[in-house]
Amino acid sequence: MERVVEVIREKGASTALIIGFFVFWELFCLMANISDILLPRPTQIIAALIKFWPAIWPHTYQTLYTTLVGFSIGVVIGLLLGILIGSSKLAYDTAYPLLVGFSSIPKVAVVPIFVLWYGAGTVPAILTAMIICIFPIVVNVATGIATVEPELEDVMKTLKASKLDILWNVSLPRSMPYFFAALKVAITLAFVGSVVAETVASNRGIGNMMMIASSSFNVPLVFAGLFVLAGLGVALYVLFSLIEYRVTGWAHRKTDLAAT
Amino acid sequence: MNAHDGQTGSASPGALAPTFIEFENASITYGRGERAVQALAPTSLKVSEGDFVALVGPSGCGKSTILKMVGELLKPSSGHVFVSGREIGAKAIRIGMAYQNPTLLPWLNIRDNVMLPLKIVPPFRQEFRSKRKGEFRDRVDALLTQVGLAGFGEKYPFQLSGGMMQRANLCRALVHDPDLLLLDEPFGALDQFTREELWAIMQDLWLSKKLTVLLVTHDLREAAYLANRICVMSSRPGRILDDQIVDLKRPRNIDMTFQPDFVALNQRLRAMIVGARGGTGIVNHAPGTA
Repeated sequence: MERVVEVIREKGASTALIIGFFVFWELFCLMANISDILLPRPTQIIAALIKFWPAIWPHTYQTLYTTLVGFSIGVVIGLLLGILIGSSKLAYDTAYPLLVGFSSIPKVAVVPIFVLWYGAGTVPAILTAMIICIFPIVVNVATGIATVEPELEDVMKTLKASKLDILWNVSLPRSMPYFFAALKVAITLAFVGSVVAETVASNRGIGNMMMIASSSFNVPLVFAGLFVLAGLGVALYVLFSLIEYRVTGWAHRKTDLAAT
Repeated sequence: MNAHDGQTGSASPGALAPTFIEFENASITYGRGERAVQALAPTSLKVSEGDFVALVGPSGCGKSTILKMVGELLKPSSGHVFVSGREIGAKAIRIGMAYQNPTLLPWLNIRDNVMLPLKIVPPFRQEFRSKRKGEFRDRVDALLTQVGLAGFGEKYPFQLSGGMMQRANLCRALVHDPDLLLLDEPFGALDQFTREELWAIMQDLWLSKKLTVLLVTHDLREAAYLANRICVMSSRPGRILDDQIVDLKRPRNIDMTFQPDFVALNQRLRAMIVGARGGTGIVNHAPGTA
């Protein structure tokens, strides 16, 4: 019972803040008499969301699709690169500067290049989502692998463990908390990538829908697009948090494992 | 090169047992050219099979370096290191190692942590899948019982105290029946009473398994309690200054550590290390060294 009260108190504050935010927004627009062309009220946005849902849905699907495909490819590449860079000093020293160089390029700037190569549409969105989420994954996985305690490495080496043994039994499990932390950052970044690409060059997707809506001054629909993106982002973030908790619960032991 | 070589090499007790570890003018130098630092001066040392040898000396004197060379983690810059009668790398002997930092894997419970070497070292490796739930599990549990951790197999490392983690660490170093056990200050971070408890456990393990042990420690009482032989090292570049045989009867207990002969041995060792810290070989009475 006490625990339930505690959870309510914990979650209550954040829920109240979210509700309060929207209530404030609604009231502010009403009292200041702000036109819905400038800033629609949350109720208007939700109305637009319901009204245009049959039209919004295919765009939502498209954005979700490009984001997830790009994200998945990015995760695989990022994980492999992270393992490579983290487990070899030579690879670390060689590849890191190049990687930093790539990552410091604003990803919006590469969209035109992808369009040039693949034409407008799905592929540039996937590629943009992909490259934007590689870097945080590489850095985190490499850090997790490179920071294995030297004593533990010595113990493994005296057992004549191969590099693969060490990677599989020690380094990889150890880097999982880092990996999941990166996944949560990467999934939200992947949305940024795909939406930017859709905005610049696509005839489908939430980004494209928002461009069209704004050019016809359907501002509630523009905001409805934002709401959809926020919803998708939060849902995927929560999903990865849950998986993270299952896989790397040992790294969060202070919260509840200790109580068992 | 070194006046002490012959002396230390021949001081091995139990001359009947075959030589298991042999250092032949092995040295370690870090860095190159003008910045080269000699960590270990050319050293010769023989350790008989089944012996228990402690290395003591001031910080940074190359004690751990010797351990690492035996464990094939470091190659000598010059000279040779033979383990089990041959040049390192020639024959596979099984080695167990334990550091002061227990380095248990936080995502595995104690039983799986202790079982880790069985997953890696042949011939256990080949049978790991079929035996992990049967024979190997019993083997680990028996070992845990021996060190007083019966019933803790399901616990996770963070649920254990430092002393218990160190016991589990010892089990991990022993589970694959090593021929050689390398200990680098394994009890250094524990409180006095836990440490003394673990000395007794360590002694029992050694007496029951008859393996060769090399122990690096700062604690002279620990060295005298556990070892058959104590090698005292000088400060950097490390050399073996003296080789003391500890002829106290086994099994030893804590009461013995307060007997006059034990105390006298301790004082002799202490004087030598204080001297080694000063680098003069003469006991240094300057304040602050006590």
